[in-house]
Amino acid sequence: MNIHEYQGKEVLKQYGVAVPEGRVAFSVDEAVAAAEALNSPVVVVKAQIHAGGRGKAGGVKVAKSLEEVRTYADDILGKVLVTHQTGPEGKEVKRLLIEQGCDIKKEYYVGVVVDRGTGRVVMMASEEGGTEIEEVAAHTPEKIIKEIIDPAIGLQAFQARRLAFAINIPKELIQEAARFMLALYEAFMDKDCSIAEINPLVVTGDGKVMALDAKLNFDANALYRHPEIVALRDLEEEDVKEIEASKYDLSYIALDGNIGCMVNGAGLAMSTMDIIKYYGGDPANFLDVGGGATAEKVTEAFKIILSDSKVKGIFVNIFGGIMKCDVIASGIVEAAKQVELDRPLVVRLEGTNVELGKKILGESGLAIVSADSMADGAQKIVALVS
Amino acid sequence: MSILIGKQTRVITQGITGKTALFHAKGALDYGTQMVGGTSPGKGGTQVDIALENGETVSLPVFNTVREAKEATGATASVIYVPPAAAADSILEAVEAEMELVICITEGIPVLDMVKVKRYMEGKKTVLIGPNCPGVITPGECKIGIMPGYIHLPGHVGVVSRSGTLTYEAVHQLTTRGIGQSSAVGIGGDPVKGSEFIDILQRFNEDEDTHAVIMIGEIGGTAEEEAAEWIRDHMTKPVVGFIGGATAPAGKRMGHAGAIISGGKGTAKEKIEKLEECGITVAPTPSEMGSTLVRVLEEKGILQACQAR
Repeated sequence: MNIHEYQGKEVLKQYGVAVPEGRVAFSVDEAVAAAEALNSPVVVVKAQIHAGGRGKAGGVKVAKSLEEVRTYADDILGKVLVTHQTGPEGKEVKRLLIEQGCDIKKEYYVGVVVDRGTGRVVMMASEEGGTEIEEVAAHTPEKIIKEIIDPAIGLQAFQARRLAFAINIPKELIQEAARFMLALYEAFMDKDCSIAEINPLVVTGDGKVMALDAKLNFDANALYRHPEIVALRDLEEEDVKEIEASKYDLSYIALDGNIGCMVNGAGLAMSTMDIIKYYGGDPANFLDVGGGATAEKVTEAFKIILSDSKVKGIFVNIFGGIMKCDVIASGIVEAAKQVELDRPLVVRLEGTNVELGKKILGESGLAIVSADSMADGAQKIVALVS
Repeated sequence: MSILIGKQTRVITQGITGKTALFHAKGALDYGTQMVGGTSPGKGGTQVDIALENGETVSLPVFNTVREAKEATGATASVIYVPPAAAADSILEAVEAEMELVICITEGIPVLDMVKVKRYMEGKKTVLIGPNCPGVITPGECKIGIMPGYIHLPGHVGVVSRSGTLTYEAVHQLTTRGIGQSSAVGIGGDPVKGSEFIDILQRFNEDEDTHAVIMIGEIGGTAEEEAAEWIRDHMTKPVVGFIGGATAPAGKRMGHAGAIISGGKGTAKEKIEKLEECGITVAPTPSEMGSTLVRVLEEKGILQACQAR
């Protein structure tokens, strides 16, 4: 789960991570009032959307007066920002962070992630702050320094100092930087983060080490023990269909194509998209109905797929294991009738009671095209929508 | 022969009084698995009665702790179906009790819980499969997990996969071609897990009864790339691969917690290129996992050996 920058900074502040003074604003007047309260000669107006690259897209402005705050806030609020992370349709700005400007001496990078290879939490730091860490990793990987953290004892002060020295933090600020990293690690562990990225981490003219930006992602599996984080969720930043799907325990991700997919199992769902593409089609979504594909779930899945007007046809690909094919077939027939399905439907069933399942589909009176394999089904649906 | 489990494997189910656990304990018993008991804290001393498909009823003893269950039943393997919030604790309990094999089916364990579990397991003798996996089956002998047993056929091809339903798909394609499986292992879709591809490939390589392997990977991480290098350097048996997620968008979690392309890394394209570079034949579509293996077996002259039981 993602949260906004200003929320991330509030979370980090609770752990003693230094961040600039700032306030969230939902309107131009609120933005001006926030700037007034900050009482700072320089104020930064930052668009709050769940995507990086805001600066380049014109979503971050430095204001030197309240009039400028008003102008920039008016300009940015309601604007659709298109960055490399938003996709071509962009994201509308509905919140602003009004923040105290600071005298930046140098920018660095600090990030915390779970490293799959070692199965441990890793803190990464780089002297190349401000740019994307992926760029640094691709071009100058030697500039990324890593400390692998033993979960039994956590990040140690010597490791934090080692990182600070390695990225050339000024000598007199090493302790300050180490404290920052230790606090960041504590926040990461305590809140079950999956990513905590500070880019840039800055050293200021008045000798402070602080987080100028903060990107926190949280492990969806651990949200049950963090109601305070769940409360920060901004549904407006998420796809409507994805939210609807999550209510029914369906795993759905919207894509750009015109063939709706309904599959059981994440791996099979991904591969179904792949095989549609392989035969020249374009999947409209990823949808895993899970192991217990009940009639209710199938119906909801159909509704969600059909709510996408781009969808010209649906491919259902089910490998019935524990869930029997006849039960699934009945669910499909019931759902198709209930939603008054008006687009081509190809169904590939395999597994337990498959013959019975096919019989139910065949005798349903619905225009369901039956397929014998994934390849057969993919080819049939691609032909039907083109 | 087979890997990890066989006829002699004695298994307990942790959290056996739960609905899901009971359902799959019955499935295991129906298949012929030696399911010998279970745990359920607070219900020790009771028993669960399980009515099998063949009309018999089996009574399994329930214990408060894994240690007690292990001592009383002589079980060497345990399977975990407990809910995500308690699953890491269940794994730790089984490791502490020195079970040889722990298979964790549970999906949705917080990743930092698994980081701690992995740390605790260092230097311990227990092998962990999963979490977030379908389990392990040695066809005709022992089934531990949620896979449909009847699609399997005893034989000589090993299957290892990060995905449940894709494993069934592969197994089904093999069985319908008369090619049996030595064992099929689902290592699970989580980013931090017990056994990785290499751990399982190593066992298949050493198993006399396994003549070839299908390895099914997906986007996210670099486990497939590492496995590919290991195969190139050590594997004496042919391996056919498949990688799911070629069309997955970057930065989105595709169902499995571990199936995510992050920072442009972990794409299907990179993985497929690496596999091919290491001499592994990759099936172009999930529909062709079986036929690709058949072709490779023919080339190696071992198709017949793999079609025999």
